[in-house]
Formats: sequence, C-alpha cells, structure tokens
Amino acid sequence: MDAKDIYARLERQFPGKVSDFKGDVKEPYLTVDALSIVDVCRFLRDDANLQFEVLSDLTALDWPKEEKLQVVYHLFSYSQNHQIVLKVDLPRDNPKVATVEGVWKVANWLEREVYDLFGVIFEGHSDLRRIMLPEDWVGYPLRKDYVEQEEYDGISTQRAPLVEKLLR
Amino acid sequence: MKPLLNSLPETVFTTKIDDILNWGRASSQWYMLFGLACCAIELMQTGGPRADLDRFGAVPRATPRQSDLMIVAGTLTYKMAKRTKLLYDQMPDPKYVISMGSCSNCGGLFQLAYSVCKGVDKIIPVDVYVPGCPPRPEALTEGLLRIQDKMMHERWLVKAAQPAGDTAVA
Repeated sequence: MDAKDIYARLERQFPGKVSDFKGDVKEPYLTVDALSIVDVCRFLRDDANLQFEVLSDLTALDWPKEEKLQVVYHLFSYSQNHQIVLKVDLPRDNPKVATVEGVWKVANWLEREVYDLFGVIFEGHSDLRRIMLPEDWVGYPLRKDYVEQEEYDGISTQRAPLVEKLLR
Repeated sequence: MKPLLNSLPETVFTTKIDDILNWGRASSQWYMLFGLACCAIELMQTGGPRADLDRFGAVPRATPRQSDLMIVAGTLTYKMAKRTKLLYDQMPDPKYVISMGSCSNCGGLFQLAYSVCKGVDKIIPVDVYVPGCPPRPEALTEGLLRIQDKMMHERWLVKAAQPAGDTAVA
C-alpha cells in the first residue's frame, strides 16, 4: 500500500484526527491529533492491510517560533513493505502525549530518550527516567533555548575558546 | 641510574636508594585498561606486537587497584568524568596520568557539546598530554617514556619533595 492509500484509510477510520498529509517526499508523513495517537497507532499495527509491526524510530523536533514541540513516529511494516511517518504537535510550554509503549514495546526506551533530550512527558509510561544523561542533569539539551550550566556536579564546563584566542 | 662506586665489579654495584626505587617503578608501569573512545583502538595497537609497550615493562591491568598509570584514552563525558575520578582515587600512590588525544586534553572535536567534559585535567591532575586525534602508537610510546623520565626524577627519601599523586584537585 502506498502512503496516499494509508492516509485515505486513516482519514476514513479517524475523521478529523489526521491531517496535513505530504506524499511527494522520500518518507511521506501526516499529522495526527495528540489525543488520538494511541488509537491511530494501534489501528495501524492491527489492521490486516496495514500491519505496521515495527516502530523504527521515535524522535522529536523543536520549533521555538511556532511554539511547538513535534514528536515524530517512524513506522515500518516488514510484511507489507511500506512505511509512514506520523507527527504529533504539542505545545512547547506543556508537552504531554500518551505513551505508545502498549502498542510497540520498543517505545519504552525511545520515549525515554525524547524525554531526556526534549522534556516531552509521555503519560502512562512505565519508567520515565533519563536514559543517557545523568539523573541530576538540569535542562533538556536538544531544545533550541537550552543554556549550558556553569558547572556540572563541581566540574567546570568552561574552557577558554582556542579559536578566539587565535583570531585576536 | 648512575652507579656511584663499583668496588666489586662482578657482584656488587652501589647506587642511591631513590634511584633503585625509581628504576624499579619506571620499568614496571602497570597501566589501567581505560579506553573511552576511538583512542582506545590506538592504545590497543600500542600494546600490540609492533609498538609493544611490554618492552618497557608496561602491561595492562584490568583493575585500578593494581595500576600505577592511567591512560585516559578518548572522549570524556560528564557522566563518565565522575567514574574517572572514582577510578583515579582507587589507584594506589604513586600514580600517574597520561591524557591521550585531543578529546581528553581539552574536549577536542566535541568541546562545544553539552555532555562532553572539556579536558580530563578538570577532574584529575595530568602528568603528560599526548596530542593527536588519535595519537599514533609512537606518540603514546613517547608519552610513556616521558612518564618514565618523570619517575626517574622523583625523590622519595627527601621529605621536602612532594610525591606525585598527592596534588589531586577536587
């Protein structure tokens, strides 16, 4: 099934919940309403013609001008050999979305990574802790407005920039 | 090591206590297996048959408690920095540190990243910096020889001189 048909199928199943389909790119994507992401994902996995068994990647984007954080789901089906990308827009000041851990178990670690680096709260997640950075880290480093702390745990993060010294 | 006096050339040779101690230490530097990134590959090459650190008496140990020398080989993240300090504190005195490669010297290529420590000297005292990205085995061997040089100039019997390793900064 190509991406256009997948979108049509979703539109029929979830009227008003999916939008902004873009099919003329290498990885076609569509936007899903934040509240119905779990239902859409479960449908995509269980439908006999779609069978998206794999969540290949789960990541996020920060759009400070649009005041939104975008969570991106890359889905792939081995049996049908097709793929689709789902995007969910969240408000930047309170990014919360339901976990898809119950649909694909791999989402556990992927969502922890997005939480670690972007600060998106996945509601219903069984173990929402930082996965790579230390537990006592301050801030979410991949957000565009992230400011590095002066020091981490007594270790200074400052070092005189070598290039500036050369330019002077 | 210079013999002072050699009255019985066949069996006895006389030298200073400091020199004989230093000679023993310099000829058996047991370095800790501590590879953090790609520099570790070069460290393995240096331990391998072509560069052969063994000929200087330097052999790898898998535990800090048996090591004299820590070769910090690779990119040091803040998360690892705390562990590095812990490992360094577990090493018995006298202890020495080689900072191998740009990353552990100053953060190197990754020094603008949020998670990378800007040099291992931010957490532990470093004796020898080996530049390079990564340094060739010859460069690391040179670093080891510099450590040997430094060891041969330590003064253990004179109290005024501070033994190495006691200058750890927090």
